[in-house]
Amino acid sequence: MKQDIILAGVGGQGILSIAFVIDNAALREGLTFKQAEVHGMAQRGGAVQSHLRLSNDKIFSDLIPRGEADMILSVEPMESLRYFDYLSPEGIVVTSSSPFVNIPDYPDMDKVLSQIKTVKKRVIVDSQKIAQEAGSARAQNMVMLGAASAHLILKKENLLEYIRVLFAPRGEKLVEINLKAFELGRKAAADKLRPSDKG
Amino acid sequence: MKDEILLGDEAVALGAIHAGLSGAYSYPGTPASEIMEFLIRRSDGGKNFIASWSVNEKVAYEEALGVSFAGKRAMVSMKHVGLNVAADPFMNSAITGANGGLVVVVADDPSMHSSQNEQDSRFYAQFAQVFCFEPSNHQEAYDMTREAFDVSEELGIPVMVRLVTRLSHSRSRVQPGPPRKQNTLQYGIGKDWTLLPVNARRRFKILTEKQKELVGLADKSGFNSLELNKKNTSLGIIASGVAFNYVLENYKDQPELPSMLKISTYPLPETLVAGLVRHVERVLVVEEGYPFIEKNLRGILGLPGKTVLGKLDGHLPLTGELSPEIVRQALGMKPREKLQLDDFKLAGRPPQLCAGCPHADAYKALNKALEAYPQSNVFSDIGCYTLGALPPYNAINSCVCMGASIGMAKGGAEAGVYPSVAVIGDSTFAHSGLTPLLSAAEANTNMTVVILDNSIVAMTGGQPTFASGEGLVRMVGGLGVKRDHIRVIEPLPKNLEKNIQAFKEEFEYRGLSVVIASRECVQEVRKKKRSEIG
Ligand code: SF4
Repeated sequence: MKQDIILAGVGGQGILSIAFVIDNAALREGLTFKQAEVHGMAQRGGAVQSHLRLSNDKIFSDLIPRGEADMILSVEPMESLRYFDYLSPEGIVVTSSSPFVNIPDYPDMDKVLSQIKTVKKRVIVDSQKIAQEAGSARAQNMVMLGAASAHLILKKENLLEYIRVLFAPRGEKLVEINLKAFELGRKAAADKLRPSDKG
Repeated sequence: MKDEILLGDEAVALGAIHAGLSGAYSYPGTPASEIMEFLIRRSDGGKNFIASWSVNEKVAYEEALGVSFAGKRAMVSMKHVGLNVAADPFMNSAITGANGGLVVVVADDPSMHSSQNEQDSRFYAQFAQVFCFEPSNHQEAYDMTREAFDVSEELGIPVMVRLVTRLSHSRSRVQPGPPRKQNTLQYGIGKDWTLLPVNARRRFKILTEKQKELVGLADKSGFNSLELNKKNTSLGIIASGVAFNYVLENYKDQPELPSMLKISTYPLPETLVAGLVRHVERVLVVEEGYPFIEKNLRGILGLPGKTVLGKLDGHLPLTGELSPEIVRQALGMKPREKLQLDDFKLAGRPPQLCAGCPHADAYKALNKALEAYPQSNVFSDIGCYTLGALPPYNAINSCVCMGASIGMAKGGAEAGVYPSVAVIGDSTFAHSGLTPLLSAAEANTNMTVVILDNSIVAMTGGQPTFASGEGLVRMVGGLGVKRDHIRVIEPLPKNLEKNIQAFKEEFEYRGLSVVIASRECVQEVRKKKRSEIG
């Protein structure tokens, strides 16, 4: 059993928080994991990504080989495409549909979405709207984690536990908002899944 | 001890703590900063051991060397180019030798994710003739750092641990061992540490005589391993560090491995290398960084009767970091099937200054003020503000190494550049800007130095600075810059006109002037607010 995940987004969107929750849940479930991340210059509003590998066996490379990712989990739609060649032909894309536009030449949204839709298995949710509904626009990362959760090889309860651990230092209110963001994201993904993908 | 989830950097730090570390020093630099951040968190405010940021890597190295002189265990960590700054004490500490264990951790950055070059620190280890470990995973990062302290004390020399970005910034589980006690105070021998020629010659001889012992240690090290495939004599692989992982990744669904030598220490384990080479016809060398092992292996004359494959014959690329796919190709395996974008064109998303960043306002004013001077040049330096090279600012024309802006602006001015402007951050100024400014003040060179004082080391995540606010103004004055030409401005949109005027006045002054643009990094302001609420 293994799951290789590319986490994608823009610096500041909190993809390392997603990684924290998944890493710890994996450790709790006795899995091996490696998670390569980006620090330093690229974090300043640039494209950021993290390679997250889970397995019940040994993991060698810190980087996922191109063509082997089981999932691209992206907090930003165009960023989900930046790592397209990492996805295995059987892989799933779980992405937000809310663009983060901080560049002058952001491509046409219809084109972005139609490219995403060339992937057979995909979950596209409006993370911005859902995060606001949960109580904070900053919780988009947890919305996306929720949207991906049914497709992760990890138990939901363990993910929830580490969302609590992550946000507890910043107060009960933030814990509640992020748990809600997760639940709403999970629900939105279940509603969105095309019938053929169910079951 | 409980298992921990750690970055490669943090695994090194924990290994050092458990090896009985007494003092650790560093200057922030990607990808090494997280070593010191972890140490500071675990030092309990210095009660457990000293963990401190230094003003630059050279000073950090010397502080660590002092701890080692006193018989205690010391670690100094930095990014690869930091070792250029610390090269003087590093090279000479190989001659003085170490008293308490002295470990120098250097994190290389192949592909230059956050650097100006991709120099390979293994050459430094060879240059100084010291022992070097290169871990390939987190557990090894922990274990090798522990062992590095033992080797340092056993051989009486500093020992290097070489990391690369992919390990430094990757997270995984580490199983720690039991911690051991720190050393007690025991001074070094004065005449070993006083490198007068008479002492240095004797010490250098001792160092060169130790080299055989170093190779012997490499041959015996449990971290190097040679596995011969008796049935297959056509190909053998020598791999080190994270490159070793990429080889195994590609063999994970193969029934058997070719003969493999994993190298984790330098100097090279000569007996093991010979063992592999004798067994096979072709040797593929896979290593992250420069072709260090490969060059050693080929020498000038090559290996008679054998074929060596690697970076030097184009089998693997000479620049940039490796990846599982690149190594797969070098192994002659079929590429994996992967998805491709249709005719969709991705837009690049380069890093940029944060919204509201003080540097943006400083650049806006500077650009405006310079409009009247088409012959001007702005020399710059290393920090978030280097992003001023990109649109929409296009404000700077150089970034070479820490502190270079000031020396280059002086040289430029002396060659006829006017206005010759240097732009440098507060922390880079403390690191390497004081001495060139002293030089420029002495000559009263016709140039303008702009110090962007955001009161923090921002690029690497917010470490403390040594030269900010009032202290910075006093420092600049103390170096001999005339008081009337030290101007402090506040880079804010509402001050734009005032600031343009201030710059213009200083360009018009025919001598050295310093403009300090002082406003806190917005990320820091945000962090402080958050911690006040929390
Ligand atoms: S981190 Fe601070 S100094 Fe760096 S770009 Fe952002 S606001 Fe500016």
